Amino acid sequence: MLGYYLRLAWLSLKRTPAITLLMIGAIALGIGATTTTLTVYHRMSTNPIAQRNDVLRAVTLDNWSADRPWDTDHPDNAPAELTYRDALAIAQGAPASRLVVMRKTSLTAEPGAGRPPFLVVVRLATHDFFPMFDVPFAYGAGWDGKADRDGEPVAVLSKETNGKLFGGENSVGKIVRLDGREYRVIGVLADWQPTPKFYDLNNGEYDTPEDLFLPFALGATLELQPAGNVNCWKPETLAGLRDLFGSECIWHQLWAELRTPAEVERFQSYIDGYVAEQKKLGRFPRRINNRLYTVDEWLARHEVVGRDSRVLLVVSFAFLAVCVLNVVGLLLSRFLGAAGATAIRRALGASRGEIFRQHLVEVGLVGALAGIGGLALGAVGLTALQQLYSSYDRLTQLDLSMTLAAIALAVLAGLLAGLYPAWRICRVQPAGYLKTQ
Amino acid sequence: MLDMQHIIKVYRTDLVETHALRDFSVTVAEGEFVAVTGPSGSGKTTFLNIAGLLETPDGGRYQLDGDDVGTLGDDARAGIRNQRIGFIFQGFNLIPDLDVFDNVDVPLRYRGFVTRDRRARIERSLELVGLAARMRHLPSQLSGGQQQRVAIARAIAGDPRFLLADEPTGNLDSLMARQIMDLLAEINRQGTTIVLVTHDPELARRAHRNIHVMDGQVTDLKPYAARGAAPDAAVA
Ligand SMILES: Nc1ncnc2c1ncn2[C@@H]1O[C@H](COP(=O)(O)OP(=O)(O)OP(=O)(O)O)[C@@H](O)[C@H]1O
Ligand SMILES: [Mg+2]
Repeated sequence: MLGYYLRLAWLSLKRTPAITLLMIGAIALGIGATTTTLTVYHRMSTNPIAQRNDVLRAVTLDNWSADRPWDTDHPDNAPAELTYRDALAIAQGAPASRLVVMRKTSLTAEPGAGRPPFLVVVRLATHDFFPMFDVPFAYGAGWDGKADRDGEPVAVLSKETNGKLFGGENSVGKIVRLDGREYRVIGVLADWQPTPKFYDLNNGEYDTPEDLFLPFALGATLELQPAGNVNCWKPETLAGLRDLFGSECIWHQLWAELRTPAEVERFQSYIDGYVAEQKKLGRFPRRINNRLYTVDEWLARHEVVGRDSRVLLVVSFAFLAVCVLNVVGLLLSRFLGAAGATAIRRALGASRGEIFRQHLVEVGLVGALAGIGGLALGAVGLTALQQLYSSYDRLTQLDLSMTLAAIALAVLAGLLAGLYPAWRICRVQPAGYLKTQ
Repeated sequence: MLDMQHIIKVYRTDLVETHALRDFSVTVAEGEFVAVTGPSGSGKTTFLNIAGLLETPDGGRYQLDGDDVGTLGDDARAGIRNQRIGFIFQGFNLIPDLDVFDNVDVPLRYRGFVTRDRRARIERSLELVGLAARMRHLPSQLSGGQQQRVAIARAIAGDPRFLLADEPTGNLDSLMARQIMDLLAEINRQGTTIVLVTHDPELARRAHRNIHVMDGQVTDLKPYAARGAAPDAAVA
C-alpha cells in the first residue's frame, strides 16, 4: 500500500501547488534554522577522538597560588597547563604506555626560489604525539624517541604546509628552512581536522592543528619563544626564555595514554608522589589536586559548547515548532478541503487506519521535501555564518550525519504537523460528504 | 439476505429534527432484484445508506446475512462495505484526481487483491459498461452518462454480494438507461442481490418486486396502480 499512498500523496500535492510550496517552505525554514545551529553545536561538542577517549588522559597539576585558585568559578580545577619543569619531569619519569609533552611556537618558513617567507604555527611535541592522537600520515611518519632525546632537526608538515612548500608532492627527505635553520622533512600529514582541537583547548579550541611539528627538545636547545598562552601567578623576574623555563608559569600541555585502570592508578600515585616531593622543596602551596581527564571530561571541563550556542539551539527548535504549528493549520484545511474524496474512499471500504496512514504518508513526503529544502537553507545559513565569523570555518560544514539528521527531523516535523489533521480526516463520516446530485 | 425491522433514523440539526425513517421494515432475499420508489425526501437514500452500513440506525434491528450489523464498530462496517457491498451513489462520486482506471481501482485496493487480479477486474468491468477505451481519461473528460457508467463499473468490479444503486440512470437518456437496466438484470442473474432506487416506474417494473417509500415508511400502496394510471403514461 505504501507505493499507492505515495502516488496518492504526489497527486494530492500536485493538485494545490501553492499550498504545497507554502507548507514545504514553512518546514524548510525551521529545518534550515535548526540545521545551522545543530551543525555548529554538533561540531562544537563532538569528541573528535572518541575512539581513544577511554585511554587518553589530559594531565593537570595544581601548582597555583596559595591565595587564590586557578579558576575562581571552579576552585577545584587545577590549572589547564603545566610548567616546563613539571611537564618535563613527569614526561621523563612517569609510568605510562605513552606520554606526550608539548607546546606551541611559531617560525618563519623560507620556501626559497624567490618565493616570500611566511609564518608557520609550530607544535613542539614528543614523538608519541602522532600515535596517541591517531594522526594520519600521507607520506612518511613521525619521529622516534631517539630524535626527541637528541633534538634532531626533523619536521612533520601539515597537508596545507606541504602544499605551500612542495606543491603537495611527497616531500619526505627534502629540506625545509625555518628561521634560517634547515630541517629534514620526515612526514607529511593527511587531512587532519580534529574539531574541537581537543589536545590543546587553551590555544584556539576551534583552530586548525598546527602547520608544522618539531621534536619538543628543539624548543629548549634553540630557545624557541612560546606562541600560545603563558599564565603566571608568582611574582618572578622573567627577563628571558631561560627564566620562563625555570618559572611557575604554565604553558605546556601533557597527555598520557593509560590503557588499564591499574595503569591510571599507578600514574595518579606517581604524580601525587611527585607533587608531594615538590612540596618539600617549597613549591605547590595548594593542597594536592592532580587530575586526569578523559577527552570527554576535558571537553566538558572547558565548556567547549558555549552557552550561546545552546540558547541558539533552543531558539531554533522553538522556531521549528512555530513553523510546524503553521503547517498544522494548512494541512487541516487541505485535508478537509479534499474530504469528499476521503468520504468516497471510506464509503468504498477504506478503514480509518488506512485513511490515517494515507495522509501520514502525504505529510511524510512534505517533510522529506522540506528536509531537502531545509538543507539548502541551512547551507546558506552556514555560509553566512562563515562570512561573519571567519574562525567558524571548520564548524560550519554539513557532514553526512547532519544531512541525514536534518532529513529525519524534517520528516518527523511533517509527521508531527500531520498527526492531528490526519486524525481528523480519518474520522470523516462518509455519508455526510457524498454528493447526491 | 438483508433484514431491517422497525428501523428509525432521525437527523438533528440545531433547528429541526427530521425523521428520515420511522418504523421502517423491509426484507430482501438473496438473489432478489428490488426496486425502491417514492417521492423526493421520502427516505430512499437514507434507507440505502443504512442498508450499505454508511450510517447507523437510531433504532430498530438490522441483520445482514443473519448478523446484527446495526451496532458494529466503524472498522467492521468499513470491512463489510468493502467486501460485500457495491455502491452506485446518487451523485457519481468519482474522485476527480484519479483517472477512470484508478477510480474503479479504489475499492479493490482496500480489498487487498494482487495487482494482476485488480487489473483484470478493472478491465472486465469497464468493458461491461463500454468504457474500456477510456481507462486513462479523467472524470472531467467524460460525459455525465460515461461518469455514471464508471461508477457502475466501480461498484461491480469487486463482485459484491449486494449492489445498492441510487438513481443509477438518473443522468442517462432512456436508451442508455435501458442498457444499464439490462446490465443490472444480467448482474442480478449471476447472483448479485440488487436494491435499486429509481423514479422511473418503467425501470421499476423490471425488478422482481417494488417497495414504495413514503414519509420514511414502507407503504403497501402501489401508487401508480392505485391511481389507475398506466406506468408508461406517468413517464410520458
Ligand atoms: N444529513 C442529513 N441531515 C439532515 N437531514 C437529512 C440528512 N440526510 C437526509 N436528510 C433528510 O432526511 C429526509 C430523507 O432524505 P433522503 O435523502 O433519504 O430522501 P430521498 O428519498 O433519497 O430523496 P431524493 O429522491 O430527493 O433523493 C429528507 O427530509 C432530508 O432532508
Ligand atoms: Mg436520494
